[in-house]
Amino acid sequence: MTGPSRPGPAAAREVAIVAFAQTRHRRATPELSEAEMLLPVLSEALDQAGLRPGEADFTCSGSSDYLAGRPFSFTMTLDTVGAWPPVAESHVEMDGAWALHEAWVKILTGEADTALVYAHGTSSSGDLRDVLTRQLDPYCTAPLWPDPVALAALQAQALIDAGETDEDALARIAARSRTAAEANPYAPLSGPVPAGDYVVRPLRAGDCPPVGDGAAAVVLAAGDTARRMRARPAWIRGMDHRVEPHALGVRDLTDSVSTRLAAERAGAFDAPVDTAELHAPFTSQEVVLRKALRLDDGVVVNPSGGPLAANPVMAAGLIRLGEAAARVHRGESDRALAHATSGPCLQQNLVAVLEGPERPARQERGPRS
Amino acid sequence: MSGKEPVAVVGIGQTHHAAARRDVSLPGLVREAARRALDDAELTWADVDAVVLGKAPDFFEGVMMPELYLADALGASGKPVLRVHTAGSVGGSTALVAANLVAARVQRTVLALAFEKQSESNAMWGLSLPVPFQQPLLAGAGGFFAPHVRAYIRRTGAPADTGVLVAHKDRGNALKNPYAHLHEHGLTLEKVRASPMLWDPIRYSETCPSSDGACALVLTDRAGAARSPHPPAWVHGGAMRSEPTLFAGKDFVSPRAGRDCAAEVYRQAGITDPRREIDTAELYVPFSWYEPMWLENLGFAVEGEGWKLTASGATALGGELPVNPSGGVLSTNPIGASGLIRFAEAALQVRGRAGAHQVEGAAKALGHAYGGGAQFFSMWLVGSRPPTS
Repeated sequence: MTGPSRPGPAAAREVAIVAFAQTRHRRATPELSEAEMLLPVLSEALDQAGLRPGEADFTCSGSSDYLAGRPFSFTMTLDTVGAWPPVAESHVEMDGAWALHEAWVKILTGEADTALVYAHGTSSSGDLRDVLTRQLDPYCTAPLWPDPVALAALQAQALIDAGETDEDALARIAARSRTAAEANPYAPLSGPVPAGDYVVRPLRAGDCPPVGDGAAAVVLAAGDTARRMRARPAWIRGMDHRVEPHALGVRDLTDSVSTRLAAERAGAFDAPVDTAELHAPFTSQEVVLRKALRLDDGVVVNPSGGPLAANPVMAAGLIRLGEAAARVHRGESDRALAHATSGPCLQQNLVAVLEGPERPARQERGPRS
Repeated sequence: MSGKEPVAVVGIGQTHHAAARRDVSLPGLVREAARRALDDAELTWADVDAVVLGKAPDFFEGVMMPELYLADALGASGKPVLRVHTAGSVGGSTALVAANLVAARVQRTVLALAFEKQSESNAMWGLSLPVPFQQPLLAGAGGFFAPHVRAYIRRTGAPADTGVLVAHKDRGNALKNPYAHLHEHGLTLEKVRASPMLWDPIRYSETCPSSDGACALVLTDRAGAARSPHPPAWVHGGAMRSEPTLFAGKDFVSPRAGRDCAAEVYRQAGITDPRREIDTAELYVPFSWYEPMWLENLGFAVEGEGWKLTASGATALGGELPVNPSGGVLSTNPIGASGLIRFAEAALQVRGRAGAHQVEGAAKALGHAYGGGAQFFSMWLVGSRPPTS
């Protein structure tokens, strides 16, 4: 059934994103606990779906202890979920986009009709550039403390050397994203910004994402439940994620084979998309992703402003799925692509395809083999 | 296409566990377990469609999101990798998340792997970082759980010896398990009773060790099971339940999330009388007293009488309901892997491949894990025959 050439699992059940909420992302939130940050967001997402706290059949979250600076940091957020009586619940130590994948699978099994997915990150607890070095090979690389900006700069320079982009083109990506963010009340950075000084050559301040705290939540629902909750649900037509080797030396940094593979398996190339929300924290990474995803200039990329305008780590990928779904909900997109990434220089990538228009029923439930 | 795809366990592997596995790196440790699981299934890395990785806090090894670093070692390049973390229950959750990928027909063959290399840091203090405005947990897990054990004793009138019996039994069972961390030859009831008091009433010998180790399962669909060289274990039911850590109505002795989780697993598996229909159970017992507590929570004994079941010898390897024939968490505790080892040992039993600690004729077995402040639960029930529904 899942031969290598088969484009993604055809879902036996229809599943849609029916609600999305996020915080107004800020540089620092010392006055808020995780629970206090999450509660309004969870309430808003549940309200949109017409669910009471604790009523979703499944709950799944994404976060990282290294951002919070302490182990088991996710345990306290259960207070905000309304986990009494006890709930079916799980957690990934990853961006919330992967929590959404786990919840999607749970609904596909038939064990759940609705799921609440949330993610949060408080980058302000420490120095994010230092903290993220702890993701690296602990024996050989991490002791050198190469930070994510330095690693992204290697990737950017490789792209420039390969003739794929130049510094002016990167500056235009930054300007386009931040101009788009003027319409996004949740983004801390918006409006044209100067390219700024080099942070790590060839990346300037404008090529790098803001560092900030924030949270997001979505509600998933199956079939008729989704139709009841939202006039125009964002149907998940396919979703897949792939990882590449960790070591930068064994990857072609100017390409993203994992993104391309995930997109193929998610069915992204079966028909054109009109919108793409890309989790590209650095301008240069948008260049890589556009190529891997075969996005031409006709596709609206990051109309929210993307992670260059708001980058709450661990929620930023889930927000791409939420922003893409919200465009579908509002009728601004019929077929949108959402992407999330994890690890240095786009090591791990997730792609989902979201559609507004209904498909004829007979195509929905075809045999999967 | 209707219903879920049946899920089978066709490969099981674990490392030799020790206080410090200085002979292997993190990648070496996880590969040791994965390699044994693949060998058991007579499969290669290429046969694996996806990897689900579980472990407890990243602080235990000092690597943030180690799935990124370990992707190569797990043969996962070009494949999906999902990293699960549900505190101490994570090993069980890892198996269930992997099983769901198969059940949903999203993947056909999935490697579930959980590990902890506790010697890379100090788990006691990794668990005890002070948090503003929250109850401090300044003496590791034992300091948190001891008051709840005392509450159990007050509530049930259990004799002081109960925990000693459990520790003696589990450490004795571990002598039959070549992978177990602790092999304490000549451990007597007297020696357990005379061991130092750590967190009253929990003594040194009633406490889990800190281990380095990993465990891996190969899960597959019906077609994969048909190709299995050895009898598979079939998943008859699986569930997770969570409740908040602290709230006024919380029953730390018998958390409702545990009872609800068991009830859901029994419902899926068609179990109405767990004591008689389940042949053996691998329960997450990090401190000896949690055996009688969980026997009640899981419906094997009525409330207040778990200790009687333990005292009767029913939970011994030759008893009517052997609990932790592998030696359990009391003998081997690589925290993030401990739950998956429970699930794996349950599967080994119904496959008839548990070696010297095999329960004769085991056809249905329960694997159980819990974590956090006794707030996260994950369980599965596996059988020697495919589910009928």
